[in-house]
Amino acid sequence: MKKKQLSILNGRLIDPANGIDQVIDIHIDKGRILAVGKAPEGFDAPSLNARGQLVCPGLIDLCAHLREPGAEHKATIASETAAAASAGITTIVCPPNTAPIIDTPAVAGQIKNKAKKAGFCRLLPQGARTRGLEGQQLSEMASLKAAGCITVSNGYNPLANSLVQRRTLEYAATFGLLTMIRPEDRYLANQGCAHEGRVADRLGLPGIPHAAETVAVANYLALVEQTGARVHFQTLSTDRAARMLGRAQYDKQPVTADVAIHQLFLTELDIEEFDSNTHVHPPLRTTSDRDGLRRAIREGIITAICSDHQPHEADAKAAPFPDTEPGISGLETLLPLTLKLVQEGAIDLSSAIARLTCGPADILGLPQGRLGLGAPADICIIDPDAIWTLNASQMLSQGINTPFDGWELQGRVNHTLLQGRIVYSRVKS
Amino acid sequence: MQTKEFMNADGVESLVDVMAGKLWSLTNQREIEAPLLVGIRTGGVWLAEMLHAELGLPDPLGTLDISFYRDDFTRIGMNPEVHPSDLPIPVDDRHIILVDDVLHTGRTIRAALNEIFDYGRPASIILATLVDRGGRELPIQPDIVGLKPNLEPGQHITLTGPDPLGLVIGSESNRSSRQSDEES
Amino acid sequence: MSQASQNLQLDKQGRLLHFLTIDGLQREMLTEILDTAEGFTGVSERTVKKVPLCRGKIVANLFFETSTRTRTTFELAAKRLSADVLNLNISASATSKGETLLDTLRNLEAMHVDMFVVRHASSGTAHFIAQHADPGVGVMNAGDGRHAHPTQAMLDMFTIRRHKGDFVGLRVAIVGDILHSRVARSQILALNTLGVTEVRVIAPQTLLPADARSLGVHVYHDLDEGIRDVDVIIMLRLQKERMRGALLPSEHEYFRLFGLTEERLAKADSGAIVMHPGPINRGVEMDSQVADGSKSVILQQVSYGIAVRMAVISMVIGSQNLQLQG
Repeated sequence: MKKKQLSILNGRLIDPANGIDQVIDIHIDKGRILAVGKAPEGFDAPSLNARGQLVCPGLIDLCAHLREPGAEHKATIASETAAAASAGITTIVCPPNTAPIIDTPAVAGQIKNKAKKAGFCRLLPQGARTRGLEGQQLSEMASLKAAGCITVSNGYNPLANSLVQRRTLEYAATFGLLTMIRPEDRYLANQGCAHEGRVADRLGLPGIPHAAETVAVANYLALVEQTGARVHFQTLSTDRAARMLGRAQYDKQPVTADVAIHQLFLTELDIEEFDSNTHVHPPLRTTSDRDGLRRAIREGIITAICSDHQPHEADAKAAPFPDTEPGISGLETLLPLTLKLVQEGAIDLSSAIARLTCGPADILGLPQGRLGLGAPADICIIDPDAIWTLNASQMLSQGINTPFDGWELQGRVNHTLLQGRIVYSRVKS
Repeated sequence: MQTKEFMNADGVESLVDVMAGKLWSLTNQREIEAPLLVGIRTGGVWLAEMLHAELGLPDPLGTLDISFYRDDFTRIGMNPEVHPSDLPIPVDDRHIILVDDVLHTGRTIRAALNEIFDYGRPASIILATLVDRGGRELPIQPDIVGLKPNLEPGQHITLTGPDPLGLVIGSESNRSSRQSDEES
Repeated sequence: MSQASQNLQLDKQGRLLHFLTIDGLQREMLTEILDTAEGFTGVSERTVKKVPLCRGKIVANLFFETSTRTRTTFELAAKRLSADVLNLNISASATSKGETLLDTLRNLEAMHVDMFVVRHASSGTAHFIAQHADPGVGVMNAGDGRHAHPTQAMLDMFTIRRHKGDFVGLRVAIVGDILHSRVARSQILALNTLGVTEVRVIAPQTLLPADARSLGVHVYHDLDEGIRDVDVIIMLRLQKERMRGALLPSEHEYFRLFGLTEERLAKADSGAIVMHPGPINRGVEMDSQVADGSKSVILQQVSYGIAVRMAVISMVIGSQNLQLQG
């Protein structure tokens, strides 16, 4: 038996980037795909029988807050990358709003090292667009890129100054960095904590209007036209913004977007009981927003679904709704909820897998997210028939803040491989 | 719970006549002029209205709802049909005739006495009840009684009304909390 | 989901375990509160101004926002029920020391408090405390953020019923800052539940919720038009700080457009009453002639507030006792 070799046999390979959906074997050597189909002559590796299971590229999550450095009481890189591996996720983009902020090569390097040491997951630290995320001065983007940042963002601190918005786009484009934006007009958001609509009206919660998102999207679309810089919108929450994006794509503008998985299931109605686990940012919107986002996912206007993972300690959610910290611990529900979209007929299986694999890989320009010859052997093997009930207290993430506790889900990760190495197996064989 | 009629309206009215006579004698004997008549809600008020008319008293009738003074509030919760007590004339230094329908454990009278004293300090209180069915749990005795029936254990007697008035006897194994309202 | 909201406030027999919001309560329950309050009105006029109903119970006033008036009426109500009252003004001090709301709650529960009367700047606080309180401990919402102020709404309903007898057929106008008002939200729910003919809200668009009609009201932007033929006019308090943002240009213009004067009041029904949750900004929401005039029932609202609060406190303590007995 040779090292770093493995054959995955009898599985149903779903590799949307290569248009494959068939029962076929995969052979791995030195962390890469050696062959799909018949094993090469003389290849004699240990094998993993995947009969009745789905074999997909490892999932790529465009947004997961791992809390380290700075908020280790919420979660650590080790705890969250282990949770990610158990959920089939092999690549994670982690936003810059850590403490210290990822605005220096040192912090980026430290994060990458911690992830490497943990060994579960490929971590892509996102650089800050402005120094200290303060929205004033450019960050040292070239140095950040050299330290492994392939994207920049200003996290939750939207840039208020349009000139700074423009300059950061141009400077990032200079070095081929992708600018990722959580579109929000902070003045219109006005420290709200729920969608401005019927539910917030009734519960007396300060509202965030649709326009807080659409104004920001419109603003950036204009700057994209002006500068030609590539922009990716993160965690869209409104149908209107998705339509604006579709129009811009039709006009050949270099813009992409993702949506957080919870936005495809939950709406403002789920806040009803002041459930702090439904406090997210951007807020849960209306049913027609949810349906519009589902349509945008199906039509490929939005090409990635992310977890927007935000693990919290219990205290962060144990307070009156507006005083709680927003966010859902979402790594472990990313795949099963995406499969639920398929079960509900919202999207076909191959496209759904694409939104978790080659979709985000193409946004980032990564070779992962596909399983062609020579591709990195990041693989996720799923039992599509396993029916299970989510029990928050048994989640691997250090944060168990989820509104999906008790949901019945179908489809569960059995094995996760990172560069050909098994980093997670549900059933110890 | 099974009930059967024990006394009809005519019977009750003649008992009230007898009580009015006794009250007239007692107040004369004690040299009480113009007592204040106070009925305990609900049956006591019906009787007090009749006595008030028969005795021709000058001051208006008072009514007490002892819901706020019950000693079993923590066991039965708030009575949803509470009405305001109404003592239209100050009770300080006045002679009061307190009227109730059935005297049993004495707890209702205890509550009523407490409530009256929260309105002021009366000169005296005479207790008049239509029925004394025995079974006292507190040292409270009536001054005027219309009737002392012999009841079997487990039986209880209730005034129904207001039109027509009547006395019924019921028997049951478990007393519900609601019945204790009438009996206590 | 709204089912759960009912369950939090009510026990299986439909008795009131907490009083958090009017939302989800049936007309029968609101009527029961008003009827019970009716029974308590006489207590204030007696020699001994208390009844022994809640003797031995501890009611803790947990006020994270200062409010002398509401706290005082709750305190008086609890004392007239013979309960012992703890007053805690927790403003910023406890939380700035890092103590969480739950810490505060647990500490007080260790003192065997039977009821929390809670006021807090965040919507949903009373729900949160009710969800985390020990069994047997009732929670009374004395105002949470913009969400609800149910006892204020019920004392307003009590005042209306005292003057109008019934709710059916009434037209009620609520004037002013609906957007930021927990009082208005609770009033609208209570009025609609009790079956008034029409609830109108009168305000500029900046002081209205995005989808005001979904609250079950008719929207007016013109005071003269909005109060035509109404039976009840409720003026809301306008916080001074609202003048500083982009919501309103000035007190002067607000009063000119939405301030109630004798002349404007004449457009309402001749028997109309004027209410205000207090304290009044004279010359902003209404002029003094109206505030002190014959149609004003503002001071009655205050005294009825005690009876209404006695009613809900005793109902909640009573049902919590029953709940504990199983």
